[in-house]
Amino acid sequence: MTTMSSVDTLSHAADENVGAWIQHHVQNSHVWHVFPGVEIELPHIHSFRFLGMDINLSITNHVVMLWIAGIIVFFMFVFALKSYKKYKMVPRGFAAFIEILVLFVRDEIAIANMGEENGKKFTPLLITFFFFILISNLMGLVPMFSTPTGNVNVTAGLALITFFSTQYFGIKEHGLLGYYKSLVPPGVPLLLTPLMFIVEVMGLIAKHFALTIRLFANMIAGHIVLFAFLGLIIMFKSFLVSPISVGFGVFDYFLEMLVASIQAYIFTILSALFIGMSLNPEH
Amino acid sequence: MANWATALAYLAAGLGAGLVSIGAGYGIGKIAAAASEGTARQPEAGNAIRTTMIIAAAMIEGIALFGVVVCFLLAVK
Repeated sequence: MTTMSSVDTLSHAADENVGAWIQHHVQNSHVWHVFPGVEIELPHIHSFRFLGMDINLSITNHVVMLWIAGIIVFFMFVFALKSYKKYKMVPRGFAAFIEILVLFVRDEIAIANMGEENGKKFTPLLITFFFFILISNLMGLVPMFSTPTGNVNVTAGLALITFFSTQYFGIKEHGLLGYYKSLVPPGVPLLLTPLMFIVEVMGLIAKHFALTIRLFANMIAGHIVLFAFLGLIIMFKSFLVSPISVGFGVFDYFLEMLVASIQAYIFTILSALFIGMSLNPEH
Repeated sequence: MANWATALAYLAAGLGAGLVSIGAGYGIGKIAAAASEGTARQPEAGNAIRTTMIIAAAMIEGIALFGVVVCFLLAVK
């Protein structure tokens, strides 16, 4: 949701509750505001109870954005693949750009953190993380879309993928008990081992929780600052504030593009670090 | 006395956001200073130092934004 639709909703921000206006734009909702006049009401699916929890699977704004991001990433790579088939070994054009990024992820992130053969095995997962998060973050800056990674459930899902990867591949590599034994650093006296074990388990969960919150908060903060600058125009109720607001807004827009790329890179490199640490603990 | 809680919540949100900004600014400033000095001593390591600097800055910003999220929740609830 960018400046286009927000200028329109000035007309129905009747009370000056700028906080609620900002919150309404940043949150998930059941309506997709495509253009200032066009709204698509998305289908509700009744929530059902499962293991004592209410699970609400209705298709909301962010779910549709996730699907669109997935389709965009898929067609990006299909398009790059066609260039490979045509030029037979050395791609040209768009595929060359994709190849630069893929090689960057493989060499700097995967192999540097996980070793030679493990790096090559995990490169598809890391490339998926990198491109999906990059495209999802950048989608919030395009007029018709909103940011799916601005929803804490989406980033929690991505961090859970990393968490279960560390557990699964660690157990596959070291065996069930061997993996949990390898959490404790070697050379620790026997009395301290239970305490160290609890500390390491808490550290494991805290690291993945920080992964969630970091991506979510960076995306949300960028959008909130942008809407706060536009909200200044509403609060002052005059058009003279708009050059300042729009100027700062454009500056913040470029900052958000930078932050989107950096956050995608950070998520990928931390996932690679965690999976690498679970495969061969370098204590 | 019904509005006392709301008033304190707003006050806490503002103070908290300010303190978070101070902490984050100080931390990232130290990282940038160390990175500049390291690059000045050995310009060949410039690339590796720049990568480390960006990763460390993103870590600190993650924690700062965690505090910002808490303050924002205080301010709107």
